[in-house]
Amino acid sequence: MLAPALVVVALVALYPLGLTIFQSFTDKQFLALEPTKWIGLQNYRTLIHDSIFRDSIVTTVKFTLITVSFEFVLGLIIALVVNSNFKGRGVMRAVMLIPWAIPTVVSAQMWKWMYDDIFGVINDAGVRLHILNHSVAWISQPSTALASVAAVDIWKTTPFVALILLAGLQVIPQDLYEAADVDGASKLTQFWRITLPLLRPAILVALIFRTLDALRVFDVFYVFFGNRVDTQTMAIYDQNTIVSVGNVGYGAAISVAIFLIIALFVVIYVTFIRVDEQ
Amino acid sequence: MRFVNRSAFYLLLTIIIVYIAFPFYWAIRSAFTPDAELFKTPVQYWPSNPTWSNFSAVLSNSDFQRALINSTIVAGSITIISLALGSLAGYALGRFRFRGRSTALYMMLSMTIFPQIAILGALYTMINRVHLYNTLYALIFSDMVLVLPLTVWILTTFMRALPKDLEEAAYIDGATPFQVFYKVMLPLVAPGLVTAGLLAFIAAWQEFLFALSFTETPDKHTITVAITTFTGKTGSAFQIPWGEIMAATVIVTLPLIILTLALQRRILAGLTAGAVKG
Repeated sequence: MLAPALVVVALVALYPLGLTIFQSFTDKQFLALEPTKWIGLQNYRTLIHDSIFRDSIVTTVKFTLITVSFEFVLGLIIALVVNSNFKGRGVMRAVMLIPWAIPTVVSAQMWKWMYDDIFGVINDAGVRLHILNHSVAWISQPSTALASVAAVDIWKTTPFVALILLAGLQVIPQDLYEAADVDGASKLTQFWRITLPLLRPAILVALIFRTLDALRVFDVFYVFFGNRVDTQTMAIYDQNTIVSVGNVGYGAAISVAIFLIIALFVVIYVTFIRVDEQ
Repeated sequence: MRFVNRSAFYLLLTIIIVYIAFPFYWAIRSAFTPDAELFKTPVQYWPSNPTWSNFSAVLSNSDFQRALINSTIVAGSITIISLALGSLAGYALGRFRFRGRSTALYMMLSMTIFPQIAILGALYTMINRVHLYNTLYALIFSDMVLVLPLTVWILTTFMRALPKDLEEAAYIDGATPFQVFYKVMLPLVAPGLVTAGLLAFIAAWQEFLFALSFTETPDKHTITVAITTFTGKTGSAFQIPWGEIMAATVIVTLPLIILTLALQRRILAGLTAGAVKG
């Protein structure tokens, strides 16, 4: 019964993974005129000196750190707010789900228009409200590019993080808070001593999923920047190498490197959880 | 948790709602604004001459129509296939004890965080080898790596939670496992199927990386690719047809929003079953 699903997974994931590893040791080109040769570790040696790849790692990690921290903090605040009993809470939860359901590229387009240098609402409102002195070229300017793209991801995913944290919050029994009230503990102490520890499993789940998602980011960067060199993420660089440039062998090496980097983060998290449980 | 006082609470709530909803409002407003007014400063916050022209241009655009159909075909097929395979696997993993069960489960779980980019090159090679480049089959095949582990995981969780009596009775009556699956478990786990199917559909609908990399001609584009390569009627090479892009955005997101609002309980159940309990 399990077999069909396993076969598909093996075919769609495990075999390609093995193939990628194999390809990384070759000089395979997409429209090769010569037959593919085995070149051993040469791709990897090139990779170590590849400054674009190094930059893409930095960009990706920066993006991950920014988005995950904002999404976590904002998500927690939103979850705490929505956790109280109020009329329309169900509607609120439904509304919070909407950004998650919208395709990432669609929301990226929406925001790209909002960021437009001349006709965008963000510049217009910012100038009118005297928050900005003049319009900012959010997307083209390197200094604001990463922030602008992070804002889109934060907008799209914070509600999702909030929902996961909310589910965790709702499992915490109310009596704990009531007992703490009786003991005279302040709200802040209650939050620190009761809420956070009991929320830990949900927090870890949210953090792991979000970090791994952020490391793989592709869609929103592609819509905003295409293959612009100074704003590439690991995934964009890899996709460009394989599909646009056609350098499959080298691209495979990049893929393996990305896979290892992500695996590293997983190991870090799992170790952290194990230590935490002791 | 009585976190903050009444008015501050509702203020926060309003801020959250505005934060989530504003980009949509802006997309809708832009969709209804004729191009002459769209590319004009100062920016209008409410269109003074609303028009349907952007919508009619988009809807009559054959590439766009084709893309909608393609997305539906791909997402629909994937949902059906992954539900079929996933429910079988879910029954096996959720109800039977056998060697390698936990390994299979952990593998499925780890697949949900699998970076698609890592196997892009290999899938690209595989697809070309069987001459399926630039076909929808390529997408249906590739997207399985995203969707199948998710459905297996959700359905396993649901199956595990079902009561045993009907199942045991059926076995006593001499039914084969497959019959039990078909006649007893499937009807019982129907809500789980809806949830898993919904999440599968949304995930496949959103997919961008593979759709971008494995299709070339507009007649094979899915909606995610179409929306990023939009060259509308009004746009020239120098001016991006933002009005039409926003209209396309509204057309694509409206059904998703309705779907999400209508089925939010199911979606939330699926997400938290996968995330929090996982």
